[in-house]
Amino acid sequence: MNEIAQGFWDAWWLILTFDPDLYEIIFLSLQVTVSAVVIASVIGLPMGAWLAVNRFKFRRYVIALLNALMGLPPVVVGLFVYMMLSRAGPFGSFGLLFSPSAMIIAQVIIITPLIASISHQTLRDLWAEYHDLLISMNATRGQRIKALIWDGRRALLTATLAGFGRAIGEVGAIIIVGGNIDHATRVLTTAIALETGKGNFAFAMGLGMVLITLAVVINLMIHSLGKTERASTW
Amino acid sequence: MVIGPNGAGKTTLLRLMHGLQRCSGGEINWMVPQAQARQHQAYVFQSPIMMRRRVVDSIAFPLILRGASKAEARERALSCAGRFGLGELLQSWAPMLSGGEKQKLSLARALITKPEILFLDEPCANLDGSATREIEAILQLAQKEGTRIVMSSHDMGQVRRLADDVIFMLDGKVHERADAGSFFAAPSTSEARAFINGDIVE
Repeated sequence: MNEIAQGFWDAWWLILTFDPDLYEIIFLSLQVTVSAVVIASVIGLPMGAWLAVNRFKFRRYVIALLNALMGLPPVVVGLFVYMMLSRAGPFGSFGLLFSPSAMIIAQVIIITPLIASISHQTLRDLWAEYHDLLISMNATRGQRIKALIWDGRRALLTATLAGFGRAIGEVGAIIIVGGNIDHATRVLTTAIALETGKGNFAFAMGLGMVLITLAVVINLMIHSLGKTERASTW
Repeated sequence: MVIGPNGAGKTTLLRLMHGLQRCSGGEINWMVPQAQARQHQAYVFQSPIMMRRRVVDSIAFPLILRGASKAEARERALSCAGRFGLGELLQSWAPMLSGGEKQKLSLARALITKPEILFLDEPCANLDGSATREIEAILQLAQKEGTRIVMSSHDMGQVRRLADDVIFMLDGKVHERADAGSFFAAPSTSEARAFINGDIVE
């Protein structure tokens, strides 16, 4: 128990003294995750809206597949991205393996189906409500999607935050494609894995605490900026 | 005015004419494709559909869909809102309005594009007398400004006040069609007479 308390203290000491190594890890974690969430949202939100407003032959199967992909095993995604980016792979010439870009690619693949699926479920209900009105106003398909995303933006925050939650805590894929290289691709989760492997449980626990604090603070910040859960702003 | 008992097909007729529903038989002919015809029409639903936007943005929305700039659309929405008694509510969230205010917003949103034809599906069904009078005044003004109004209603008083022509529907069919004066003075079918008198129509 003393060891755990010491670990927490050490972790807080590193935070309070602005330890450059720790802050480098925190910033890289945020950089990778926020980039992945932004890219996945740009792809996933319109995809969810498109699926909500369009009817086509295999729609049910596409939605079922998208829902199934929410549970993509990160290790398999990591392996897939590794093979694609390794020298022998089709994108080997870009030299992206063991870089933050490779970690972002892996996270985008993991969280895009999650964001698309949750936004589809949210916007499907909104589309049921708006359907007659938007048809009556002769809105084009693009205008319908835009209106749904804009009017459903607060509910869509949930989809984005779910993606953020999954990405910030992800380790399986990014440790494979990033390699957990000190000062290059080490992020909070891979650092925790490393410290645990080295037997520094307390320090790993401290890093874990930082990770959880970060996730909670960012969620609260986004909720506050998005003015969700306030009746006056719907 | 389209009148008739519940389930007579009033809403279906309006939706078919506006192209919100496909015909299972026959056709609706506006002499131009349905989507093109809809550009000159507007529709107000029985239960107002409120977008999750402020009142001013809701009124401006149809103009933005038609390519107006945001500033221009907002400016026109501001002047339109005043006419509909929504001037004080411009910054309110549309879904938070009262029933009467929602229906006035629906009308403002429908009339801002100056449609040639306005379809209204029992727009006053859930409103009190005062809100109903306000809506009727707006409709009479719109009619004077050249908008043709096709409206379904249950309220015989309203039909007498507003109707030029009456279509009486029963069992999904147009049962009787006449100008309002002759329809109320001498309905040609017993069902129409029963409906006017408030009796059960079978």
